[in-house]
Amino acid sequence: MKHVILVGNGMTSFKLCEKLRKLSGDIRITVYGEEIRPAYDRVHLSEYFAGKTADDLLMAPRGWYHEQGITLHTGELVTEIDRANKTIRTHHGITDHYDYLVLATGSGAFVPPLEGVALDGVFVYRTIEDLNQIIEYGRHSRTAAVLGGGLLGLEAAKALVDLNLEAHVVEFAPRLMPRQLDDAGAMILAHKLTEIGITVHTGKATKRIAGDDRITALEFADGTALPVDMLVISAGIRPRDEVAKACGLAVHGRGGILVDDYLRTSDEHIFAIGEAAVHNNMVYGLVAPGYDMADVVARQLTGDLSKTFTGFDMSTKLKLLGVDVGSFGDPFGETPGSIPIAFQDRCNGVYKRINISADRKHLLGGILVGDASQYNIFHQMVANKIPLPAQPESLIIGTPGKEDEGAGVKSLPDTAQICSCENITKGDLISQIRDHGARTIDELKKTTKACTGCGGCTPLVNDVLKMTLEGLGVVVKKTLCEHFAFTRQDLYDIIKIEGIRTYDALLDKHGVGDGCEICKPAVASLLASIWNEVIAEQATIQDTNDRFLANIQRGGTYSVVPRIAGGEITPKKLMAIGRIAEKYNLYTKITGGQRIDMFGAQVHELPLIWEELIQEGFESGHAYGKSLRTIKSCVGSTWCRYGVQDSVSFAVFIENRYKGLRAPHKFKGAVSGCIRECAEAQSKDFGIIATEKGWNLYVCGNGGARPQHAKLLVTDVDTDTCVRLIDRFLMYYIKTADPLTRTATWLNKMEGGLEHLRQVVVEDSLGIGETLEKEMAALMANYECEWKKVVETPALRAQYRHFINDEASDDTLSFVDLRGQKMPTDWNRK
Amino acid sequence: MESMNELTTYTSPNSTDVAHWYRAARTTDFPENGGACVKYGDQQIAVFNFSRRAEWYACQNLCPHKMQMVLSRGMIGTASGEAKVACPFHKKTFSLHTGQCLNAEEASITVYPVKVVDGFVYIGFTA
Ligand SMILES: Cc1cc2nc3c(=O)[nH]c(=O)nc-3n(C[C@H](O)[C@H](O)[C@H](O)COP(=O)(O)OP(=O)(O)OC[C@H]3O[C@@H](n4cnc5c(N)ncnc54)[C@H](O)[C@@H]3O)c2cc1C
Ligand code: FES
Repeated sequence: MKHVILVGNGMTSFKLCEKLRKLSGDIRITVYGEEIRPAYDRVHLSEYFAGKTADDLLMAPRGWYHEQGITLHTGELVTEIDRANKTIRTHHGITDHYDYLVLATGSGAFVPPLEGVALDGVFVYRTIEDLNQIIEYGRHSRTAAVLGGGLLGLEAAKALVDLNLEAHVVEFAPRLMPRQLDDAGAMILAHKLTEIGITVHTGKATKRIAGDDRITALEFADGTALPVDMLVISAGIRPRDEVAKACGLAVHGRGGILVDDYLRTSDEHIFAIGEAAVHNNMVYGLVAPGYDMADVVARQLTGDLSKTFTGFDMSTKLKLLGVDVGSFGDPFGETPGSIPIAFQDRCNGVYKRINISADRKHLLGGILVGDASQYNIFHQMVANKIPLPAQPESLIIGTPGKEDEGAGVKSLPDTAQICSCENITKGDLISQIRDHGARTIDELKKTTKACTGCGGCTPLVNDVLKMTLEGLGVVVKKTLCEHFAFTRQDLYDIIKIEGIRTYDALLDKHGVGDGCEICKPAVASLLASIWNEVIAEQATIQDTNDRFLANIQRGGTYSVVPRIAGGEITPKKLMAIGRIAEKYNLYTKITGGQRIDMFGAQVHELPLIWEELIQEGFESGHAYGKSLRTIKSCVGSTWCRYGVQDSVSFAVFIENRYKGLRAPHKFKGAVSGCIRECAEAQSKDFGIIATEKGWNLYVCGNGGARPQHAKLLVTDVDTDTCVRLIDRFLMYYIKTADPLTRTATWLNKMEGGLEHLRQVVVEDSLGIGETLEKEMAALMANYECEWKKVVETPALRAQYRHFINDEASDDTLSFVDLRGQKMPTDWNRK
Repeated sequence: MESMNELTTYTSPNSTDVAHWYRAARTTDFPENGGACVKYGDQQIAVFNFSRRAEWYACQNLCPHKMQMVLSRGMIGTASGEAKVACPFHKKTFSLHTGQCLNAEEASITVYPVKVVDGFVYIGFTA
């Protein structure tokens, strides 16, 4: 059997193992890696600071190599290659014979020859070990600088911020990310970085790292200095070619192992891939070209010579939360005759530049800062030479809607790569849909593996699915599921007009089959929104949280949240919560909604806990429901020297008004006592901000993963008007939104947008204002605390037990101690 | 709930291999169209009363996705006529006939035969 030895066990080496095994079981594979761990995801290394563990980052656990019949030696540095005898030797003295050798040794950080680089407190940013050292040293430091303002340097700087250090970036060039951005783009980026706490110093030539044993400052050529406690050097990479060089393989003058289009080195039995290789005078410091190289080598080793490596484009995106940067194709317009078109909005920190060909037919490349949402589609347009629209500027001016993206997908050729992690083309997806009957994203994920890597391609895959289905004449009607051929809005009307009160009645009359986890909770929510009857009566159609009127948490215990309207609570009630939490050994935490969450209750304890809470005057907080959560407030004119209205009283009033109201999704509100906006009302589904003359009402804001500022609906209205408008707004939302749609998304999809909403709610253009108000009044009149009902009704209470045939509680629950409270054992470690 | 005095049989691959029928609880102890968890020695079994179809099902209570003891609290339903349960945590669904995961690549779950005699629910074990 042919024996292939891989030197290095990094990202491309792993990919090669995977690809080789996929093509052939008939090759003996042995891997020698210098690092003590099997290959891990270096690209997402910075997530180590955000809580990912070294194990989370592994490309595959050690057992995987074993299962695949691959021999893996970690902690073994290959120090010698004997090309004549085709053997390698490690620093521990292991020798091994190969038929083919692949060098996947990657690169090391390039450390410029400055005085002081060996001082304590100077680090590089490449391996988990580097990160561990940075974290350790960071504990005793206050300020830190990164030398180098490129892609990696900025990532490192953000990591320093996350370590609570005062972070600086020092760049020699006059701008940040000099290889990806132009001056205008870099300026906007610098501004964004300042906002997240990174101080930027550009045009600074570092002369010396000062300090006796440990670093104390950076000294620059212009005579200035920057005092810092630590330094991370990120000044570029240097291919690891030392073993290659020692055995006489041809290397590049500036480092790197020379390879041809087959990734062959100057010895035909030795290949080099990844960052260690130099192809056509280029080192590729990105993972995608490395994977492509692995693919070419895997094919050759299994006898397929048809594919060669012909270069790769260097398009990249910066992966910093909240700082969107993309650079693709030819970002600077260096192609002769290219025409740049740029759009700049300094107010919102957005810069977009595209370079189009001299004949105005094709996109050559560009730069996106502040909003890189079009990165994928632009990148595809360049890669596939998609013809440009007649007015190319329309691509970057104005906000791109979903429809544009759909059109974009349509123009891509079938060979366009949509998922780059798994190398899935548009054609692959279409064939799954057309020839194999895939109808949903989930089916596509399962059959093609698209979207399962980084997930960045999901919107594009969705567009391909939609487009192909439409092309096939499959009606993409938004029906609820296989049991109901209606939209949520249809069902709302049916239930209301026919007076249907139960799920089974609706299914018998208007559905088919026996229901599922999609239609049951959707109908449950509709019934609750329309009749506002106690949901515990139809427990088994409710989502878990609504079934047990509590939030299920890791491990299967529940959390309990009593209502604390407006975040106002008496000391006596505070003590009651403390007493009850202590009695049942619950973990307590203040929530973002200004109330208290108690975690770790077992299912049989829920009625006992609530019985005590109700005795103390608490009601359900509906934290488990698709319903009103909280109305957050700041203290307002009663105490605050800036407040212009009594925001707390208004918040308490509003929260009590809408408590228990069920909607397509959860919703939140806030009331701020002045324009300082301490209650963050503009991030809520509805937000009220006090003015000298009354209240400003904002709607459809959102926090969470996709933050969206609320839109101003009306200004300076009095209290009654404000309440009336909220009544209408909420009722209109409840009646017309799709299931599980937050108000922000509802508005984004609404035809006519905010103006339409204002017409309906404020101007009453549909003439339904009064009806909406009446419907709201009827719902409010039906309010009843669900927990009170359960506690007082033995039949409902009886459902709260873990075993139906035994009084025991679940003995598989396990907890660990954290800062003096209990926590469930991590479910990844069970 | 209707009285169930006759012996009802259920589609289960190995109901013939049952060595021991364990009497779990009264039919009336279970919620309609929902499940509850039964303790059998140190095992946890999820039992479902699919009253809409007048059928009973049983499976392991452990969801293989994140190893959580919760399937009995899941919602039941059908996919093209096949009875299934959806885990309350991440909505992975499993066939109650074969135990196969229907919407992801999770391990299959064990399903058990169920019978109802004189108003009592019995779960069949092979050992
Ligand atoms: C913080 C960070 C962020 C990044 N972000 C991105 C990004 O967003 N997008 C992107 O495309 N790329 C990114 N990269 C680059 C990407 O990680 C690399 O392109 C990729 O890891 C290269 O793979 P490789 O296999 O060539 O090298 P590596 O992954 O570095 O693996 C080489 C391995 O070989 C070992 N080795 C070296 N010499 C020997 C020897 N003689 N014997 C045994 N073992 C040896 C090394 O210890 C190392 O483990 C990032 C890199 C870093 C450090
Ligand atoms: S734990 Fe069951 S689906 Fe995740």
